[in-house]
Amino acid sequence: MEKFFTRMGDGEGVWMSKEEIKNDILAGMEDAVVKGKSQPMGQDEIEHLVDILTMPQKNVSVERGNEGVVTFDAGTLKLPVRCAIPVDRSTALLIHERVLCSDTMELCNTDYSYKAIKNIVPEEAMAMEHAQMNCIMPIFYGAMPNMGQYTKPDGPVDNWATLLPEGKIKEAMVAQEEAVELCKNDMIFIGSAMAEAGTCGIQFDTSGASGDADALAALEAAKVLSRKYPNLSITMGMANEFHLGMHGKLKFEGERIAGQYPAKQVKSVEAAGAHSFGAVINTNSSKSFAWNLSRSLTYAKEATRVADIPVLVNVGMGVGGIPLTNTSPTDATTRAAKAMLEIGKADGL
Amino acid sequence: MAVMHEMAAGMGGIRTAGDLVARMVMKGMKISAAKEYVANKLGCSVFDLSDSYKMKEIRESLDIGTVLDRPHASYGMAAKMRIAELLDIKIPSVELFKKKLGKSF
Repeated sequence: MEKFFTRMGDGEGVWMSKEEIKNDILAGMEDAVVKGKSQPMGQDEIEHLVDILTMPQKNVSVERGNEGVVTFDAGTLKLPVRCAIPVDRSTALLIHERVLCSDTMELCNTDYSYKAIKNIVPEEAMAMEHAQMNCIMPIFYGAMPNMGQYTKPDGPVDNWATLLPEGKIKEAMVAQEEAVELCKNDMIFIGSAMAEAGTCGIQFDTSGASGDADALAALEAAKVLSRKYPNLSITMGMANEFHLGMHGKLKFEGERIAGQYPAKQVKSVEAAGAHSFGAVINTNSSKSFAWNLSRSLTYAKEATRVADIPVLVNVGMGVGGIPLTNTSPTDATTRAAKAMLEIGKADGL
Repeated sequence: MAVMHEMAAGMGGIRTAGDLVARMVMKGMKISAAKEYVANKLGCSVFDLSDSYKMKEIRESLDIGTVLDRPHASYGMAAKMRIAELLDIKIPSVELFKKKLGKSF
C-alpha cells in the first residue's frame, strides 16, 4: 500500500496511506461540525484536501488566481529577537519588504502586551513614524490584550484564576469586569498614540486569551478606535476557536461572548467596527496534520461563509492546522496555506 | 513562517501588487473585490496583479516603489503618497506627513 509523508500535530514526520489520511480528514471535520456547529466540507473539497496532503512535492503553492494577502503577527520580533540577528526593527521591516516579499508587516515590542507598552508608548510611536518614512508596504502596530497581566501581583485586580477554584464566583466575575475597564482603556490610549503616529493599522492579537472578558476588552477598544480614527485599519486576531467563559455572562452588542466559535466571533468583530478578522483554530498535537487541517478548514470555511469583512486565518505555529512546533515544517505550512485559500476561501493569512 | 506563506499563497508584496491589494483588504474589502479595485486603478487585469514581470513595469511607470532601488525613483513616503493618490485612499502616515508640512498637496 502506498504511503505518503505527512506530519503529526507536534511536527513529527509520519507515513500514512491515502485511506488513513482521508479517515483523519473526515474525523477532524466531524469534530468541527459537532462542536462548532459548522457546515461540513463538500465531497469535492474533501477530495481536493486529500490531493493537497498527498502531493509528492515537498512544498506546494496555490494555483494562480488564488493568492491572498499575508499579514505577520509580531513580525518584528522574529529577526531581531527570536533569530538573534542584530538588526533594528526598522531594518527588519525593510528586509521583509524588499527581500521577503511581505504584503504587510507589523511593528511590535518584545514584551508583546498592551499593558507593558503603555510605559514606552512615546518611543513606540517614534519608531512607527520613522518606519513609515522608509517603508512602502502597510505597517501595523500590534500587541496582545493579555488581560491576565492586570491581576495581582502584576496588576491591581484580584486574580480570578485563583478565585474560581475557591468557589468565589461572584468575586471572580467582578475582578474580570474591573480588568476589562483597565485593559480597554490602555488599548484605546496606545491605539490612539499609534494612530497619531501614522500607523496603517492596529492589531489586537490573541483576543480572548484570558477568556470572554479579555475578548470584550478588545472589542470595546476596537469600537472606540474605529469611531475615533476612521482611516485606521483594525484587525482582531483570536486566541482560540471558541471564547472560554471565564466570566460567562458578558455580552457585546447584545451577543454573549462566551462559547463563540469563529462564525460568531467574526460577527462580533464586525460589530466592533474592525476591518478584518483573524480566525484561530488550535492544533491538537496528538492528532495528525490531516485531522488538524481538516478541522481548521471546516471552522474557517464557516467563518468565511458568513463574514462581511475579510477573514485572515491565523496559520502559524500551532494554529490553523500547523504543527505545534517552533520551527514549522515547510511541507505542512505550505499545504495549510494552500488549503486555507483554495478550500477555506480565506481572504488571506 | 511569513516567507513560506508569502511564497505559497501570498500576493508578493511590492514585488507585485501585494501591498496595494493589502491596503484595500485593510479597508474591509474581501480579496476578490480588493483585487478588482486595484486592477481597475492600475489599468491591468486581476491576473497581472501577481505577475512580477508585468507589475515591475507598471510600478516603475507609475513610480510607486519597487523591490530594487533606482536613481531618482520614489520609495518610502514619496511612493506611498503616489499610492494614496492612485488608489484614491487615505493612508494615515501620508496624511500625517502632509499635516507636518502644512501642505494640502
